[in-house]
Amino acid sequence: MTAAAARTSFWRKPSILPGFGLSMGFTLLYLSFIVLIPLAALILRAAGLSWDEFIGVVADPRALAAYRLSFGASFLAAAVNIVFGVLTAWVLVRYDFPLKRFVEGLVDLPFALPTAVAGIALTALFAENGWIGHILAQAGLKVAFTPLGVVIALVFIGLPFVVRTVQPVLQDLNKEVEEAAASLGANRFQTFRRVLLPAILPAALTGFALAFARALGEYGSVIFIAGNLPMKSEIVPLLIIIKLEQFDYAGAAAISVAMLAAAFVLLFMINLLQRWSRARIGAF
Amino acid sequence: MAATRALAAITESPKVRLALLLLALAYILFFLVLPVVVVFTEAFGRGFTYYVEAVSEPDAQAAIKLTLLVAAIAVPANVVFGVAASWAIAKFDFVGKSFLITLIDLPFSVSPVISGLIYVLMFGGHGLIGPWLDQHDIQIIYAVPGIVLATIFVTFPFVARELIPLMQEQGTEEEEAARSLGASGWQTFWRVTLPNIKWGLLYGVLLCNARAMGEFGAVSVVSGHIRGFTNTMPLHVEILYNEYNLPAAFAVASLLAFLALVTLVAKAILEWRYGHELAPVHH
Amino acid sequence: MRIDVRDVTKRFDSFIAVRGFTLEVRPGELVALLGPSGSGKTTLLRIIAGLEQADEGQVLFDGDDSAAKGVGERRVGFVFQHYALFKHMTVFENVAFGLRVAPAERRMSNTDIKTRVMSLLSLVQLDTLAARYPSQLSGGQRQRVALARALAIEPLVLLLDEPFGALDAKVRKELRRWLRRLHDDMGLTSIFVTHDQEEALELADRVVVMNQGAIEQVGTPMEVYDTPATPFVYEFLGNVNRIPCTITGGAATLWGLAVKAESVNGAVVPPGDAPGFAYVRPHDIEIAAGGAQKAVVRHIGAAGPTARLELEVAGVPALVEVQLSRQAFFDLHLRVGQAIAITARGARVFPAASVPG
Repeated sequence: MTAAAARTSFWRKPSILPGFGLSMGFTLLYLSFIVLIPLAALILRAAGLSWDEFIGVVADPRALAAYRLSFGASFLAAAVNIVFGVLTAWVLVRYDFPLKRFVEGLVDLPFALPTAVAGIALTALFAENGWIGHILAQAGLKVAFTPLGVVIALVFIGLPFVVRTVQPVLQDLNKEVEEAAASLGANRFQTFRRVLLPAILPAALTGFALAFARALGEYGSVIFIAGNLPMKSEIVPLLIIIKLEQFDYAGAAAISVAMLAAAFVLLFMINLLQRWSRARIGAF
Repeated sequence: MAATRALAAITESPKVRLALLLLALAYILFFLVLPVVVVFTEAFGRGFTYYVEAVSEPDAQAAIKLTLLVAAIAVPANVVFGVAASWAIAKFDFVGKSFLITLIDLPFSVSPVISGLIYVLMFGGHGLIGPWLDQHDIQIIYAVPGIVLATIFVTFPFVARELIPLMQEQGTEEEEAARSLGASGWQTFWRVTLPNIKWGLLYGVLLCNARAMGEFGAVSVVSGHIRGFTNTMPLHVEILYNEYNLPAAFAVASLLAFLALVTLVAKAILEWRYGHELAPVHH
Repeated sequence: MRIDVRDVTKRFDSFIAVRGFTLEVRPGELVALLGPSGSGKTTLLRIIAGLEQADEGQVLFDGDDSAAKGVGERRVGFVFQHYALFKHMTVFENVAFGLRVAPAERRMSNTDIKTRVMSLLSLVQLDTLAARYPSQLSGGQRQRVALARALAIEPLVLLLDEPFGALDAKVRKELRRWLRRLHDDMGLTSIFVTHDQEEALELADRVVVMNQGAIEQVGTPMEVYDTPATPFVYEFLGNVNRIPCTITGGAATLWGLAVKAESVNGAVVPPGDAPGFAYVRPHDIEIAAGGAQKAVVRHIGAAGPTARLELEVAGVPALVEVQLSRQAFFDLHLRVGQAIAITARGARVFPAASVPG
């Protein structure tokens, strides 16, 4: 055995497999150059501002309006997706119907369809002369080029998350548990509320948070349908681009840092949720 | 019927089932089926000849070529990274592993717009090393290298996050056996590890490629939208759309939509045929 | 509560899980459904509980047809094989579940629920673990939670599906005795499913031996063990030697013992010569100097309360198993390879046509 293979270190367990140094070295190098250093450049740029300047940019009325829209629309869209996502997961796991496999595969469409394509397609559908838009227009509801259009685009973007997190949990759920509830006198609704819902809740909330996080940063599918009016239908990512086009690099960086912070808080919450979910499902 | 009544406590009544099913299908129809249908109807709205012209005019051709070029660089780069990272993470035990996994997943939590912005702040004219690049006449932002970098960033985790759980599940026994039988490191990788992960790798490549060809936000920030030079297909769709040339925009979009559908079919086949050779989340 | 199962048949596609099954369970009885896997015993239990619907036939509770009653209205406590505990609820909430979902007009107050649950938990000796989650319990503890949960709704009937199947041997024995006491103290009518003959024989008032969806025999443990009605019951219950023999004029002679052949399973003893099988229990074989049959000792297992011998007997394809008391074994001074003579103390003979496999 070579000295290198036998060498142990305080931070890794010895192994007879080769290539740790090479693969780990390359991983760290690539990660640093592609992800870490550029992200650091962003934070560095934002740090060039004084605290007051930073607050001035981040809390300016136009930015506040953009946050309100981005967070509000993302929340609404994720809320729609948690309800219909749980429903879709239920239908896919429990029922048999024609074209089930087709629906099953189609659920991932928002992951595969380029966002710009989704954006123009949704705009075409929901514009006042579009297939859905003209029906809604008759009901006096304007979707395209309004904040409602933003919600529609974000529902599309976040659609797979709840379905994909809830589906495996429903699949693993033992039918006997429902039978036990029934034999103890629970009706179907009580069984759903007291037994099924608590079992799928952590997964559904994880899906909600993932959809919400994805929606917050979404750009391509939204800008076509949003109308993009400052203070009204302008999302945060668009505001960042506008600042960039005005060569306000520090402003763009400052707002980006604020959004990144929100994204990391969400990421942290998702991790907690997943830990909770695992603890719930437990080891039996 | 007594039978359905008596069993009502453990299944829903047929009426409720039907209602739930229709509701779910309506959701799928409105948000997934109609958008795809509308892309193709709009694309062929002015007939087949117009469609062919729209996708074969020089700017469209340039956009298609650039998109293929970018994917041809970004995907292999992330494959090499994904394999290296999952080898290090899945086959060895070291301190800080879960933190490293979090870092690898990081690009998924970053808005595409910010993903582009960070490179502008690094390499752009007013960026960290922009002036130095200018002196040496190296153009990254508003040029192909910037598009490639932004694309690599947004597709960064795809291969790695597919391979890490798969290789963790497979453990190290087979590699250890190969080593004990005298195989070299590379032999072990090519003959033992790679055959075990090939379907998972393909799965990761599929998703990585779909995103690489379809990325809009990040690329939009770094490209500069120079027609015929730094326009990828999604950017070209936007330009045509903003020029109110809807049939042409949808024609180019239909190519991307077709790619998405092919990706979904290939993905479904992989999950269906080789589900147990993919990462545990898929089976 | 008296349970009448009448002519119940249940099919799953083309597979008939239960065929024309009729059984009467008397109030206060503890009945075991015993059979190999696939014999339909669990399906039958689920039909009685209302978790499955019979295709034909009826289940009557105290004479009332249960068909229109849902599973929740039958006052049947069901204990699932893998317990089916609610993972996200504490032990306390698991047991309280049936009380909390009761219709408003019958629902107890929270304080009453608390008293009831705690008294049930102390009955199953888990009162100190009320705040735990199921994942924090051992197998035996989970089993008792499942029981307490089923008992909370004051069932008239307790149904248990393989109640001890997933437990290790020692816990199983303890729980078995404890369940028997509980059944007697609470005046329940209980049916449990098992594939473990020892469990059925030790615990039940009556044992129903099932095979391919139908009853092979119903009787007390003594009856089914001592006088099995069919070759299947013989082979399923306890150890037995199956010895090929020839039936002549309605009887056969096994190692000097003349035994009358019995018609069973529609296989009638023919008047002339016919092949048959003699069934003889290991403890019904005697090793005696003047025995009619010669045999050679091939294996000796002398550890434990009884000694087990395996003998090679001419004309018998498998080794013949013999059980001796420890004392008898030492008195005989046996060793492997020794030639001995044997006789049968008792045996039953059936026509070969009636024997499965």
